[in-house]
Amino acid sequence: MTSIDSERTITVTVNGVPREATVPVRRLLSDALRHDLGLTGTHVGCEHGVCGACTVVVDGAPVRSCLMLAVQVDGAEVRTVEGLAREDHQGGQVLHPVQEAFRECHALQCGFCTPGFLMTIAAGLEGRDNSVELTEEEVDDMVGGNLCRCTGYANIKKAVHHAAAAMKDDA
Amino acid sequence: MKPAPFRYADPSTLGEALAVLSDEGAKVLAGGQSLLPLLSMRLAAPATLVDINRIPGLDAVEVTGDAVTVGALVRHDALLRHEGAAEVQPLLGRATANVAHPAIRNRGTTVGSIAHADPSGEMTSVLALTDGTVTVATTAGSEVVGWRDFFVGPLETSIPAGAVVTAATFPALPPRSGTAFAEVARRKGDYAVCGAGVVVTLSEDRQVERVLASYVSVGLTPEVHDLTEAVAGSPVEKADWAAAGALARTLVDPDTDIHASADYRRLLVGVLTERTLADAAAEAAGRAA
Repeated sequence: MTSIDSERTITVTVNGVPREATVPVRRLLSDALRHDLGLTGTHVGCEHGVCGACTVVVDGAPVRSCLMLAVQVDGAEVRTVEGLAREDHQGGQVLHPVQEAFRECHALQCGFCTPGFLMTIAAGLEGRDNSVELTEEEVDDMVGGNLCRCTGYANIKKAVHHAAAAMKDDA
Repeated sequence: MKPAPFRYADPSTLGEALAVLSDEGAKVLAGGQSLLPLLSMRLAAPATLVDINRIPGLDAVEVTGDAVTVGALVRHDALLRHEGAAEVQPLLGRATANVAHPAIRNRGTTVGSIAHADPSGEMTSVLALTDGTVTVATTAGSEVVGWRDFFVGPLETSIPAGAVVTAATFPALPPRSGTAFAEVARRKGDYAVCGAGVVVTLSEDRQVERVLASYVSVGLTPEVHDLTEAVAGSPVEKADWAAAGALARTLVDPDTDIHASADYRRLLVGVLTERTLADAAAEAAGRAA
């Protein structure tokens, strides 16, 4: 018999850590990350899939977390902006190449849209063969779904190329 | 901007899904990329959401020589990257490349966008252009419905409450034919101000035999326009695609909205028709050689 619920307890692996939360079934994934799991790095902009600020990676693919219900990630793996940096040997943290490139290329001002851009670009670059030259069209397609209202896209696109080059060297 | 309360079920079989969907006010949730915004903006407030994502077997792309059948859980991105599907019906890869942004394509389903019947959807128009069908499951069984009987109005289809569209079938591109698809949008990946998909078929002596076009964000439901008379019998290298574009402009009936006037849309229909037909004809000529 199918269970029809108003509230559910879900288990989800977030940035490698298994987490549990009891949520109303109408809770958006974006809100569950922020309110139930305390991960406020994921930003909420338009809440209808237009701005891309809330982009996270679910089972390897970037998605809008405002266009998924929290109950839908039960059993899934989610990566948020908090999961981008790596730990170094001395217990400190090393920025992800995309974060490093954003700093290097001045690809952010107010920073509101930045987590969404970082997750979109990180997943985009990790999912491709970076020994193949990155085209402008590819970059446009990658970042075209995220809105930035202050820095503008020139430096963000510069950062994508910068990060791709760094990730190619690392590989 | 939060969905109104609802109840949620994620059945593991189609039979269970259909059973829950027989409840008053139940709605199917597949990719959710159109439904979730409607819920958050409270333009829709179903009593129960029936999430079909945990039903096995609905995520297959089946390719035969005659057609490509796309299951209800196939994401746009999977169809976009499916080489076998593109070989049999190249419009599938070309049109899905124009569907929204990568993050939306990762989640949104092709069949869901067809069932949503948005006049600005690409895949509704491709279903029409390829003369495709959908498979509709109810508790009484499964039936195949042609696109003309399926689309009733904007965001409206003929399927009864409680049904699930389990697949869409796109017939293969005919021999000696080529296709193209292009859009004008304010931002790459946004809803198209106007989009055009075309199929050009040549005769064995490389004359234009048949020209079909279907448009996005033009009209209330998908339509297929036969533009053959403008170029019929022309050798493929000499066909006057601008004449076909001019004919298309007289056949469409676009609306004005906040983004574009009806006249501008009609202009785009002409421009995109001419442009895509030239590409499609070149492909057809290559395949006919």
